[in-house]
Amino acid sequence: MSARNLAISAALVVAVALLALVPSVTNGYQLSLAINIVSYTVLATAWTLFSGPTRYVSLATVAFFGIGAYTVAVLGEELAWPLVLLIAFVIGFVLSLLVGLSTLRLSGVYFVIFTFGLAELVRQLVTWYEVNITRTLGRYVFVDITTSQIYWQLLALAVIVFISGWLIQRSKLGLALRVIGDDEAVARHVGINTTLAKVVLFAFSASFMTLAGAIMAPRWTYIDPAIAFNPVVSFQVLIMALLGGVHRLYGPIFGVIPLVMLFEILLAKFPNHFSIMVGIAFLLIVYAIPRGIVGLIEGAQLSLNRMKGAKA
Amino acid sequence: MSAALLSISGLTRRFGGLVAVDSVALEVRPGEIVGLLGPNGSGKTTVLNLISGALKSDTGSIQLRGRPLEKLPAFRIAREGVARTFQLVRVLGSMTCKENVIAGLAFGAKSRWGREADLAAHELLARVGLVTRAHVMTSELTYIDQKRLELARALAMQPELLLLDEWLAGLNPTELRDGIELIRSLRAEGRTILMVEHVMDAIRSLCDRCYVMNAGKKIAEGTPKEVLADPEVIRAYLGDADA
Repeated sequence: MSARNLAISAALVVAVALLALVPSVTNGYQLSLAINIVSYTVLATAWTLFSGPTRYVSLATVAFFGIGAYTVAVLGEELAWPLVLLIAFVIGFVLSLLVGLSTLRLSGVYFVIFTFGLAELVRQLVTWYEVNITRTLGRYVFVDITTSQIYWQLLALAVIVFISGWLIQRSKLGLALRVIGDDEAVARHVGINTTLAKVVLFAFSASFMTLAGAIMAPRWTYIDPAIAFNPVVSFQVLIMALLGGVHRLYGPIFGVIPLVMLFEILLAKFPNHFSIMVGIAFLLIVYAIPRGIVGLIEGAQLSLNRMKGAKA
Repeated sequence: MSAALLSISGLTRRFGGLVAVDSVALEVRPGEIVGLLGPNGSGKTTVLNLISGALKSDTGSIQLRGRPLEKLPAFRIAREGVARTFQLVRVLGSMTCKENVIAGLAFGAKSRWGREADLAAHELLARVGLVTRAHVMTSELTYIDQKRLELARALAMQPELLLLDEWLAGLNPTELRDGIELIRSLRAEGRTILMVEHVMDAIRSLCDRCYVMNAGKKIAEGTPKEVLADPEVIRAYLGDADA
């Protein structure tokens, strides 16, 4: 490991350690904002793990997030907490494998629409089950987890997501996904099992989202399908990832922080016009900064270097 | 005479009512360069697509060293030892030249990765004359360089059979001379090549044997000299009056 890598690793460890101290120095509102930022960081980074290199735009984020939340609502009081999380992860993994196998033969806009439809389908199925079988639409989430513990769990999950993403990027799987994103026909012709590569990564990405939902569930004491499967979450995650930049693993963070703040302000000031404001933000981002903030910074660096080169 | 590396028989593919490839049979022996000729729309590229698995055949058999390929998906065919270039050059636009070649090295039957792949990638780039451009994005390459890169990626797979789909098309005379030299040097390595080509100079100087197709059917086979003199072939290209 070079000295530079060592310095970067050390800085990251220190950063995580400092972030772990957040609950002890913040008030309730600030901590809840921090939780929002970390949970969206997990979701947007997990989204980018799959959708960044392959360019398959998924709107199923909230389907997995909601399934995680429901796993806790159903099992939270029955089983030990780590076991509940493990079960949520496994459910997310198995379900996303099934979804992946049935949808990843689609591409482009068909995939986008299918994933959106999938999230709605899951929401309707859960609603139907609750109305007809349990005969009550909502559920209470009573688990003994403090807000600080939620924050720490999310932070740990974020670290796991980043490390997995870093390992994947350096692996053959990571290269395979980039080849798929560039040209699927070429990918098949250099010997990549494109279906397997896409399904495996989609499943990992989705399992992380499921875990995020499970960890977040105790934040709400009451959930119903409309809360847990709110499609706005999928769109927000997508905008955050795009604003930050999806061609770098750390890109989404640059979108998550400003947008969590923006949505917070919009919700407070314009509660009735929230959706239309989010829509406008979406349009502006896609048209004005298609490569995201990281892309802007890298572009600026490149032209700066060129100017220096021209002078020299 | 040695046994065929590739043998195809009764190969047929329909697109709706159009029979694009109609009971084609052909053979490629180890170490040969075989040309696949014919007017536009005669089904040559479809034959390559059927061999590489980009398309599935309706009927017929394709065998590589006796192993059937016709039922396999494209990625399995690639791992069996078939590599190809595309009629419209297809390089991976978001990557550097070296990464493009590593994509060819990493996923084949003889997969190479890490340092080994780095070294092999440099060798291959040198082989096609791109070694100074290893870290250049492919989108900045000229057309001929993109074609060279595509060839390097195909060679990276160490294929038993290399399919070239009009690899020499669209080059200027100097580039064409270089391109022909490059393919000739592949023959010297003992590579087996099946090439779809329109450039007659290249066919005459490179191909051991040729097959000629017209309207999906094979109409002639033999040495380049024989098939280019065949009245049926001349009729296919130029029409009746000139035959």
